[in-house]
Order: sequence, then structure tokens, then C-alpha cells
Amino acid sequence: MSNLAILPILLPFLTGILTAFFHKKLPLVRSITIIMSIVTLLTSLYIANIVFTDAPILLEAGDWMAPFGIVLVADGLAMTLVIVTDLIAVACAIYAMRSLDEERERFYFYTFFQLLIAGVSGAFLTGDLFNLFVFFEVLLMASYGLIILGGTKEQLRESLKYVLINVFSSMLFVTTVAFLYSVTGTLNMAHLAERVQLAEQQGILTTISILLFLVFATKGALFPLYFWLPKSYAVPNPVISALFGALLTKVGVYSILRVFTLIFIYKTDITHELFIILAGITMLMGVVGALSTYNVKLIVAYNIIPAVGFMIMGIGIYNETALSGTVYYLIHDMIVKGALFLLAGAMIKITGTADLRKMGGLIRNHQLLAWLFLIATVTLAGIPPFSGFIGKFLLIKGGFENGNYIIVGMALLSSLLILLSVLRIFINGFWGEAKLEPHEEKGSEKGMILPITLLLTFSVLLGIGAEWFIPYVEQITETLTDPSIYVNTVLKES
Amino acid sequence: MKTNDLILKMTTTMIAFVILAFSFYLFFAGHNAPGGGFIGGLMTSAAFVLMYLTYGFGTMKKVVVINFRTLIPIGLTVAVGTAMGSFLFGVPFLSHTFKHLHDIPLLGDPEVATAMLFDLGVYLTVIGVTMTIILSIAEDA
Repeated sequence: MSNLAILPILLPFLTGILTAFFHKKLPLVRSITIIMSIVTLLTSLYIANIVFTDAPILLEAGDWMAPFGIVLVADGLAMTLVIVTDLIAVACAIYAMRSLDEERERFYFYTFFQLLIAGVSGAFLTGDLFNLFVFFEVLLMASYGLIILGGTKEQLRESLKYVLINVFSSMLFVTTVAFLYSVTGTLNMAHLAERVQLAEQQGILTTISILLFLVFATKGALFPLYFWLPKSYAVPNPVISALFGALLTKVGVYSILRVFTLIFIYKTDITHELFIILAGITMLMGVVGALSTYNVKLIVAYNIIPAVGFMIMGIGIYNETALSGTVYYLIHDMIVKGALFLLAGAMIKITGTADLRKMGGLIRNHQLLAWLFLIATVTLAGIPPFSGFIGKFLLIKGGFENGNYIIVGMALLSSLLILLSVLRIFINGFWGEAKLEPHEEKGSEKGMILPITLLLTFSVLLGIGAEWFIPYVEQITETLTDPSIYVNTVLKES
Repeated sequence: MKTNDLILKMTTTMIAFVILAFSFYLFFAGHNAPGGGFIGGLMTSAAFVLMYLTYGFGTMKKVVVINFRTLIPIGLTVAVGTAMGSFLFGVPFLSHTFKHLHDIPLLGDPEVATAMLFDLGVYLTVIGVTMTIILSIAEDA
């Protein structure tokens, strides 16, 4: 029973090992990956069903009791994010077959891909700070392999920056964990929460919490630590960019959400105020970046940054409405960023260029692609009834409840600019005279429509069926606003 | 001019065995003394590297028929398989157990632990990774 909590990590990991054995036999590897991705998704749905109807699942690895062994905690928030991760994995597995050339597929693409999914799921599920670091490294190592896959000149240049910044932030992570361990004497998150509460979060603990925030802010690309992100996400193959854009920064956001709603919650006038200020600047700087370029992938990559700002803003405001807004926006943003990168990949495949000024009139020959892109655009900008609206609405409502009017104004302004930045892709790329006749096109989007539709269908459902999702989000928010629920699950105190 | 490295070759044939034996010792000692899968794997790779240095790729390819790159997934399978064994007995993931084997000739009363199997996975993975790194760089140059 408790072993269920390991399955979302174990299944992708096993798939990764299996595909490493047969990496030359492409049809076999492709079918293994797709079947196992779908199996993982179904398993996660089954586990989430148990978690939401019954109680969070706690796995004490190796039968060691909670503060002494490593625990995996499958609660509502973790399982929801795991489901979204698995959904994106299914879409990317289908997309990869059309998008990647055979040489790259043969060189362990599916192994790296599945290990990335295993690392992300592990980071969501773990209940131990050092184990979180290990899963960060698992997903980062896999992402190093993916970003360099193919070995073009741009990839080499950008991966060097990417690896350097991540090695540095991982080093800071270990140092911070060491500080925290020397002060509290434990690494289990629930136990940490208890001990920080006992110490009433004295000065040194707040310092450590801000160091930890800097680590996660580097992984999650917040101002002023986002400079590495846009270019390094734009250079690899679109399907790899989609995986990165949808999953990697969100793990950083999730860690901030977990740590600053569970452990460090007693000096909110210092920590959470800081979040609000940084979130505001992050939103505007990200959007300015998105407006500054004509490269399709770079525009989408820059759009990750304001979204991270929105989520951190919700954590900074720190009331029930804003936190449910953050959770809703996190789910929505993972899906829609994945879809946008896949759409940009399809556009690049057709036109053979990433430069908007060289595209035009794609809607004449590719109606379906164009309408899908329009849906993704309005979803991203937060136009009702699509999913971006509900998250932003809750965030802004939460901001008004706490009287943070300036950040709300900045959020609304940046939403407008986000819409402008993506509509520029739509107007320049899809409208106007067709620049390429059907026979001049460099490739077709055949086989790419299915995974994009899969993601966007879920995204639209998330918006239209909000009534159906809200109870789950409220249940998650309840555990976020009351850390004792989490602590009691892990440490089993009555 | 062909260099004559007789002394190197002769010492390698002897030393490689000593290093291999020492690495096995480290691997098996891991439970109750310093050692274990990681350092054991590194020492075994060190023995292989010495042999590659002395005899070169051509000879070694004929002698060592192991593909080091597939050794990595094999090692991972062993490690994960050991951890998944706990599924069969309905205990939490990664649970380990041990047993005393009585009256084995020569060895007496050894304690056999499933943690050793996990260590074997680590051992194989470490050899695979180290040798893949060294051989890929060497073959490029």
C-alpha cells in the first residue's frame, strides 16, 4: 500500500534503464516509452484518487521511522503536479518521434527523457531536504544530457552557461543544507517544521531560509537570477525545450512553495515581503525580454519568467486565496508552456526558421495549427473562460484582500504585455500573405498536432471545468495553510 | 624505433591481479569496515585502466569482451531490482534483510545481506561509468 508512493518515480526510471539496453532499436524503444508513459500517467491518476478521497500516502523507505529514514510523501499537491508531469511526458514522447532526427533518438534520448521525468516526480514527492537535492541533481544531470544532445555550436555555448550556473546553485544548496543541519540537527521536512517552530525562527534560521530561497530562485529563474534561462532554453530541440520549460523551473517554484508554507513561516514580514518585491520585478523584466526579440522560441522562453513571477507573488501574499491561485496557476502554466513550445516547434519545422520576420500566412495552409496557437495564446494571457484566467483571478483577489495594490497593478500590466508578446507571434506568423507555398515548406506538422491537442484539451478543461477542479485545489490549499496536517502525516502524532 | 616495455608489461600482469583482489576485498568488506560498492568499483576500474595503459586498445578488446556502456544499465537493474524485491514481501520499498548461513566449508558462518546485492549494482554501475568516460575520451584523441 505505502509502496504506491514510489511508483511515479520507479516506472520512468525503469523505462529509462530499459531504453538504455535497446537504444539502437528505435521502434522498440519508441513503443516502450509511449506505453510506459501512459502506464505511469494512469498509475499516478490511481494514486491521486486514493490520496484525495482517503489520506496522503507516506512511504518510509527501508522501513525506517520518519525522522530517521527517508520518507516519500504523496499528498494532494505532490500528486497533482506528478499527474501534470506525466501528462506532459506522454505528449512529449509522442512529439519526439516526429521532431527529433533518428541519430539523436538513438543516442539515449529516451533514457535521458525518462530519467528527467523520474527526477522531477521525485522532487515533487520527497519529504526530505537532502533527498530533494539528490532528485534536483538527477533531473539536472538528465537535462545536461538533453541540452547538449546533437552538439551544435549554439548548444555547446549555452550548455556551458547552463551547467555552470546550475553547478554553482547546487553547491549553494548543499552549503545551505549543511547550515540548516547544524542549526536544527534534522533534514526531514516535517521534523524541520517542528524544530523551526520550537526555535520561533530566530535570526540565523531566517538567514538560512533566504539562502535556500536564493537556491530555488536560481533554479526557478526569478529576478535577478534568471539571466541564464532564455537562451539555454531556446537552443535545444523544441521537444526538449518543452520539457525544460514545462517542468524544470516549476520544480524550483514547488520547492519555494513547500519550504515557505511548511517550514519558514514565522517571519513573513521579512521573507514573504521579499518575494513580493522580487515577483513584481520578475514579471516586468520577463515580459520586456519577450517583447525584445523576433525569435519564436526565445519569446516563449522569456514568457516562462513572468509566469514564475505570478506564482511567487501568490506565495508572497500568503493568504488562502492567493495560495490556491498559485497552485492553480502552477498547474495551468506547466501545461500551457509545454504546449506553446511544441507549437513553436511545429512552426519552425514548417518554415525552417525561428525568425518571425521570415514567416507569414501560415493560417492559409495550416488552419488547425493556427487555431490551436490562438487557444494557447488566450489561455496564457488569462482570458476567461480559459485556465489562465482562474489562476490570475484568484491571485489578484488574494492581493486585494491583503492590500498589496502595487503588485496587483504590476500583475495586470504584465498580463497585458504577455498577451501582446504572444499575439505578435500569431499576427506575424499566421496572418498576412503566405510566404511559402505548400511545396516550398521544409516539413509538415503531421503527427505533432495530436500531442499539442492533448495538452490544450486538458488546458481548456482546466478553464471550463474549473468548478470540477476547484474542490481539489481547495483541499491542497488547506494543507498548505495548515502545516500541522503535513507534520502529523509524517511524524504520526495524534 | 619500437620501444620495449617488457618491465611495465611484466609488472602489470602481477600488479593487476593484486589490485583486482584488493578491490574485491573492499567490495565485500563494505558492510562492517571501510569500503563498499563505490570504492570497490573505482579500484576495479583502476586495474582495467592499468591494463589498457600497458597493452593498448587492440589487445584489450580481444581480452575484455565486456561492453562497459551496457554495464551501466545492468548495474542499475541490479540495484533497482534489489530495492523492488521488497514488493514481493509486502514491505516498504528498499527494505533489506540478512541471513546467517551455517556450516559453509572454508567460510564458516557468513552473514549474507540483501544490501550486498544493492552494492553489487553500485559496483557494476561505477565500473561502467568510469570505464565509459575514460575509454570515450581516449578513443577520441
